[in-house]
Amino acid sequence: MAKKSSSYVTTLLLAPMAIWMTALLILPILVVLVYSFGELAEMGGYKPAFTLAQYANLPARLTAFKNTLVLAPAGTLAAFLIAYPLAYYLARTVEPRRRMILLTLVIVPFWTSFLIRTYAWMFILGGRGIPALLEFIGIEGVRLLNTPTAVLIGIVYGYLPLMVFPIFVSLEKVDESLLEASNDLGASPVRTFLQVTLPLSLPGVATACMIVFILLMGEFLIPALLGGGKVFFIGNALVDLFLQSRNWPFGSAVAITLVVVMLVIVSLYMRMIFKPGKTQDVSMI
Amino acid sequence: MDPRKKFIETLNSYKKGSISRREFLGKTGLGLATAVMAMNMPGLMGLRQANAASKLGNRVSLATWPNYHDPENLKKFTEKTGVHIQHNVFGSNEEMLAKVQAGGSPFDVMVITNYTISTYVKLGLLEPLDLSKLPNFIEANHEQVFIGEAKIGGKIYAVPKNWGTTGYVVNTKKIKDKMTTWKQFWDLTITKYSGRTIVHDYQLTAIGNALKYFGYSFNSIDPKELAEAEKLMIKAKPHLFAISSDYQPAMRNGDAWMSICWTGDGSQLHRDMPEIQYVLGKEGGELWTDFFAIPKSAEHLEAAYALTNFLLDPAVNAAEVKKHGYPATDKLTNKLLPKEMLDDPIMYPAKELLDPLEFGAAATLTSPLRAEVMARFKAA
Repeated sequence: MAKKSSSYVTTLLLAPMAIWMTALLILPILVVLVYSFGELAEMGGYKPAFTLAQYANLPARLTAFKNTLVLAPAGTLAAFLIAYPLAYYLARTVEPRRRMILLTLVIVPFWTSFLIRTYAWMFILGGRGIPALLEFIGIEGVRLLNTPTAVLIGIVYGYLPLMVFPIFVSLEKVDESLLEASNDLGASPVRTFLQVTLPLSLPGVATACMIVFILLMGEFLIPALLGGGKVFFIGNALVDLFLQSRNWPFGSAVAITLVVVMLVIVSLYMRMIFKPGKTQDVSMI
Repeated sequence: MDPRKKFIETLNSYKKGSISRREFLGKTGLGLATAVMAMNMPGLMGLRQANAASKLGNRVSLATWPNYHDPENLKKFTEKTGVHIQHNVFGSNEEMLAKVQAGGSPFDVMVITNYTISTYVKLGLLEPLDLSKLPNFIEANHEQVFIGEAKIGGKIYAVPKNWGTTGYVVNTKKIKDKMTTWKQFWDLTITKYSGRTIVHDYQLTAIGNALKYFGYSFNSIDPKELAEAEKLMIKAKPHLFAISSDYQPAMRNGDAWMSICWTGDGSQLHRDMPEIQYVLGKEGGELWTDFFAIPKSAEHLEAAYALTNFLLDPAVNAAEVKKHGYPATDKLTNKLLPKEMLDDPIMYPAKELLDPLEFGAAATLTSPLRAEVMARFKAA
């Protein structure tokens, strides 16, 4: 009896989520899937049909896929390289008293719209921003705005907090006694870091990288504002297909392809990172 | 100073400076956010409480272009009628159409460009206007050339707001060459002034003015001619500063020296920085008219007519023109404008420059070929 009522409670608790996911995620994706086999109506929009023509046309957006598949991992890596030392400092070095303040500072940018902050970077990277400063110290002719570098800077800036937090949490959870044991057994600090701290923080690193990577694959705002329309992501291709060409079937095919590419990459990634054997190794240390 | 007033002033100065540019607001919906804020916090914006009892209702949503209205006028309309205006700013006609085509009733009044009207009508998105509700529109006061495309089967589907041209602006402090043609525009972009040119993120004008390089029609959908234009655009791409319809900030701060440009942006830039000059290519280019239209799906029909009629009032319209620098099509409005404005060569170019210009053609809006040329140019 008790068991039955608990399963009833479980169903009840999961229902809102299930309804939410079905109505707002699965159904829309199905609509997009159906559209992707359709044809472009004469005045723009969608005309029912069953054709693979939209998928056959995918090479027309190859550059956008390529740009995204280069800059999204590059951005993830750059954000990771900057975020890890910061997270380490916050979790292990700084006095607990000041930790709260510093953590809050990491969140503060979220209080302002991401758009406004990215727009602000247009001025920082524009001719009167950093290039003007560089000119002042004698380095001339530097162009930053509307280059892939500017997009990369924008990405690192925008996604850093998302990278810092999961890593911070996993580093903070590392048991101090393990580090002491490593030290007592004669390992150097570097070795302790490489063989104890780093492996134990990997789940956090993996989560952080995945969140950032997935979001970056759909990014369109940063390339639009900081790339000046010259750095074209798949997200920008989608915006143009729906809002400029009004080519819903092709836009849908590109969207479905993006989802598939992402699913493949993420599942390979998960398999690589979360190997059962590896987790056991870690827990045995 | 009244903090409320100060806030509005700051907001307006942001708008004028750089924040409320076409692309930014269009792409981000921030304009919409401002409008929603204005609507839901009337106290904050210093507006009278909405009069819900009025037969006009208390709100109307306007889809338009950036820097295209005098904020004072919009405020006056709300004060007079109690109807709050939700002010939506767009980046391209394509985008506006996409929103309406997707369904719902997003807007009550739309400012659309001549070449899109026939498509709206064919898609069943517009109905003939009830002209009895627009007494300020007197057909005889507008030249037929500006009304033509709004008249389908003898019925008027939209009433003209402003007209203008699409040329380019040049910062003459940086560019000493005497610029007169589209050929120069592209040639100097690729050579002498590499990295200093902006091309619109808009198929009609970007492709159209590349077609003019070869002397083809601005509206061509001929595959061979488009292929040549595409080649030129892709060759120029590494030399562009940006592909963007948001060109005022970069022109103002000196990052860009040359940009494809609409009349009003040309007027505004030249007004603030006299060294920025507006050029119409000798080969031709675009001449356009923008219209007020009320979509079939409009939820606040009475308010939509009231707002349109208000903005067509010659005194109101003249204030608009003084602010945005686009010429009006209405004779009565022109009578109220100062002489120096009517003589302004940016607003009223010489006849020999106007003659070769073409109105945008409906076919460019729906041509998959032009859309793909633009997409390949951007992805290259």
